[in-house]
Amino acid sequence: MNNQRSFFFNVDWVTVLLYLTLCIIGWFNIHAAVFDEAHPSIIDMKTNYGKQFIWILSGVTLGGIILLLDNRFFQALAPVFYGITIFLLILVLIIGRNVGGNQAWISIGIFRLQPSEFAKYTTCLLLARYLSGVNIRIMELKSFLTAGAIILVPMLLIKLQPDDGSTLVFCSLIFVLFREGLSSKFLILGGLFIFLFIFSLMFKMVYVMGALLIIAGAIIAIVKRNRRMAITVLAGLLLSLAFVLAVPFIYQHVIKEHQRVRIDEWLGLASDLKKAGYNVHQSKIAIGSGKLWGKGYLKGTQTRFSFVPEQSTDFIFCTVGEEWGFAGSVVVIGLYLFLILRIIYLAERQRSPFSRVYGYGVACVIFFHFFINIGLTIGAVPVIGIPLPFFSYGGSSLWSFTFLLFTLLKLDSNRMGIA
Amino acid sequence: MNSFFERRYIIQGIFIIMALGLLTRLFYIQIIDDQYTLSANNNVIRKVIEFPSRGPIVDRMGKILVQNDLIYDIMVTPRLVKPFDTLKFCKLIGIDKEGFYKRWKKAMSYSRNLNSVFEKQLPVALYQAFQEHLFEFPGFFSQLRTVRTYPDSVAAQFLGYIGEVTDKDIEQSNAYYRPGDYIGRTGVEKAYENLLRGQRGVKNIYVDSKGVSKGSYLNGTYDTAAVSGERLTSSIDLRIQKLGEKLMKDKVGSIVAIEPSTGEILCFVSAPTYDPNLLVGRERGSNSVKLNQNPYNPLFIRPIMAYYPPGSSFKPLNALIGLQEGIINPQTTFYCSGVYWAGNHPVACTHVHGETNLTLGIAGSCNVFFDNVFNKLINLNGYKNIEQSYIDWKMRVNKFGFGVKLNIDMPNERKGYVPSAAHYNKVYGARHWNANTIISLGIGQGELLATPMQMANIECIIANHGFYYKPHLIKAIGDKKIIKNEFTQKNDVGIDGQYFEPVIEGMQQVVENGTARGSKIPGIIMCGKTGTVQNPHGKNHSVFVAYAPRDNPKIAIAVVVENSGQGAEWAAPIASYIVEKYLKDSTTTRPSGRTITWLREQNLLPELKTDAENKQRNAKSDSLKKAIRDSIKNKDRLKSVSHKIKRPQNGQLAAIQLKRKDHE
Repeated sequence: MNNQRSFFFNVDWVTVLLYLTLCIIGWFNIHAAVFDEAHPSIIDMKTNYGKQFIWILSGVTLGGIILLLDNRFFQALAPVFYGITIFLLILVLIIGRNVGGNQAWISIGIFRLQPSEFAKYTTCLLLARYLSGVNIRIMELKSFLTAGAIILVPMLLIKLQPDDGSTLVFCSLIFVLFREGLSSKFLILGGLFIFLFIFSLMFKMVYVMGALLIIAGAIIAIVKRNRRMAITVLAGLLLSLAFVLAVPFIYQHVIKEHQRVRIDEWLGLASDLKKAGYNVHQSKIAIGSGKLWGKGYLKGTQTRFSFVPEQSTDFIFCTVGEEWGFAGSVVVIGLYLFLILRIIYLAERQRSPFSRVYGYGVACVIFFHFFINIGLTIGAVPVIGIPLPFFSYGGSSLWSFTFLLFTLLKLDSNRMGIA
Repeated sequence: MNSFFERRYIIQGIFIIMALGLLTRLFYIQIIDDQYTLSANNNVIRKVIEFPSRGPIVDRMGKILVQNDLIYDIMVTPRLVKPFDTLKFCKLIGIDKEGFYKRWKKAMSYSRNLNSVFEKQLPVALYQAFQEHLFEFPGFFSQLRTVRTYPDSVAAQFLGYIGEVTDKDIEQSNAYYRPGDYIGRTGVEKAYENLLRGQRGVKNIYVDSKGVSKGSYLNGTYDTAAVSGERLTSSIDLRIQKLGEKLMKDKVGSIVAIEPSTGEILCFVSAPTYDPNLLVGRERGSNSVKLNQNPYNPLFIRPIMAYYPPGSSFKPLNALIGLQEGIINPQTTFYCSGVYWAGNHPVACTHVHGETNLTLGIAGSCNVFFDNVFNKLINLNGYKNIEQSYIDWKMRVNKFGFGVKLNIDMPNERKGYVPSAAHYNKVYGARHWNANTIISLGIGQGELLATPMQMANIECIIANHGFYYKPHLIKAIGDKKIIKNEFTQKNDVGIDGQYFEPVIEGMQQVVENGTARGSKIPGIIMCGKTGTVQNPHGKNHSVFVAYAPRDNPKIAIAVVVENSGQGAEWAAPIASYIVEKYLKDSTTTRPSGRTITWLREQNLLPELKTDAENKQRNAKSDSLKKAIRDSIKNKDRLKSVSHKIKRPQNGQLAAIQLKRKDHE
């Protein structure tokens, strides 16, 4: 019975504190972003900041409940959760509500459920459970394919909605596989393809290919004693060349029109500040005009006078940048980085592989959201609509991140127990 | 399983590097690049101009000549417009349906979210009716503005008008003006533009992404209030100005009256005139076209732009110069046999005056007397130095404000014409001309040209016994009644005061028992001079110059009535009524029986010419140069007898022949 108390004492309070700090900073920024003169109070229930307060309170409560659950609950029921999620993802395609071009919502009474938010959570759980199994080695083809399937099935279903942001989040799980032994070639090739894609769009194909040949030639010249290495590089070169050749086709036929426009804006290949480029342009103005110390709480002109659309959700970071300046941006980015590194630290101190793999899943998902979301507000990445964890307005997103994080805290609080 | 433990560092490293990438980018756009701050300000701060009210202009007694009237612009914000009864709307503001859609299109193409002017300058009466229904038309609202208004509809050419600035104005003002601003185009409005316009104020306000106002920026720290334009006190006397315009109704010509002791212009009539209110408000455009096309050209500022040979009014000058040079004295006489022989060319005199001294010469306007004086002046330094003597003479004439601009405080003033020695050298060849060749100048004819303003100014000089103040329209600026320094400077003409008496005596005789006796004013001693300018296109131009009273003069005046007849017939009675009204504030009937009512009713407008003739005339107009060119062409012919150069005139109608017969 003493056990119950030690649970709470074993909880990693540093993470909880980081979680609460981010939630509260986010809440204040939502207050500034959608400030309504008629309802100035931050806990006025008629406004989105008032509602966010409720989401935070309920989120914390949910977190507490998760800490009270039995440790084995998550591992044992992971396939069930996953199954339910897949079911819901199929269901949402049939009966879902279409909001803003995405068929992502299921309405149950007054609640609106977004299955894709929970899919991240359940996928992490099942992936952790599978990879922690006995005799599962990711280097083996069968294991690799199974793990890949666990990730790809919900990913494809979400792609059908089509919610590009949430789809891409699953790509971040490659780092989980990497940590568990996936060959670094995949990581290198992934990164290489991203760069090749960008370069192929920005420069003439001949130049990109020429550069590839020269670099590959140089590497082979250096490592010519090592035949295996040379062959690998050669194979990589061939793959890269094939990819570069395929880029125009992918760009024209696989990537959709609205995505092309966003990519063109991002790379500066097109510029239409009134339409496609408007959001990012105004967002950059908001953040850029914050200078070092910002304009002060509730004093951001871009924010107050609604120049940036979606400012309480996808573009919430504008408020930070404008009202709190570079100083505020450093603090917020610092907090996120601290939280993510802390999560990795927690993951690494687990004795149970399940907990470790799951911990890495959490770190990857949060990092991806954090990087893409802030990146898009400053034009560092193309516009991909995903929320900033704990920060953006919205119950579904806050709850699912809370689940994600507090499940890890629960597992961690019990790390000394038997796996 | 922990064999890949070290991979945590790779993952952590990648995450840290990516986060640092974000921070680097943030550092660049927040700290290094300033363009975003500018863009943010451009987004939210709108500068709203506060228009100052233009300064009013009052007459010398403080009566309003021009002030500002309230009008309303109907503004529209297309985004806020909801379906409404367009027919009713059109009816209320007085436009048709077509006009409505034209305006609507224009507003939409400007902006859906921002205000623009839908209908300009709704008069108060129309606005009041509209305002009652304003609530039925969401998206429309009114904006108060001011326009010029002229309560007495007088002094149009004097006051001038304002108009919207052109691109050129904006450029020349170093972008002080903005499109849509008004600027003085003519008259006092132009001359005193800098004082009248006042200072614009600026209000900085916040607007949101839809352009809707969200209150003042930094509580108005950077706002400036508009400063109204200065109130100008003009020298005009509204009473005689109104009387003058009345008397000159349906006539072509000018009245200029000046207070000799100050140079203040009391009366400035350019006939035919127009109602200055026509160039204000919604009908401005069409009215402006009409005025421009009016064959009598009411926009032409005759007192300072129309040229006439000064004739008789010029004669005193030669006498005064002669006295100053010592070639004659008040007792010098010349014998008038009715003709003056300039070489073998006869110049006829009006009468046979017999033995004539200066006073009689003035009173009788004896051509022989003044031709003799002029002859002596030109031969002053001997036959070989004629050119030098002429140059000296011209310089003295210029000092009287002839052939040079008086530089009054009004644009478009013209300087008249006194030919240069070089001109004669060109026409006749150097040393091939002498006093006889140019003898017409002696009696104010020949190439001489002057404006009514210059004629009136000569009367000031005579009244003052040898000096004048620069004639001016504005006697005081602002509430502090500041007067420009240049208007308080005496301009000496270089003639000793004592020489004026015989001239004045002669001028008094003109009115007492000379040609102008029909215009004698009971109880006022007026000194004057009539003139009649021959007009080959119709009746002669009637001219009268005068000042009064003889002692302690209060008013000097020049009147020109084109195509009317003799000086005594028209110009003299008109001048006498102005003088009497000014000095006594009431009028009596003249001995000639020409009453104000009768004068006003006479229509002396010349018949209009056919288009073909107009074209011919236009081709000739305003070309002093052309006249000179012509005169060179006709050199040989000119050499022989008196100059029969057809002189181009500047009034659209006035056609002046050089050869002019002077009646007295």
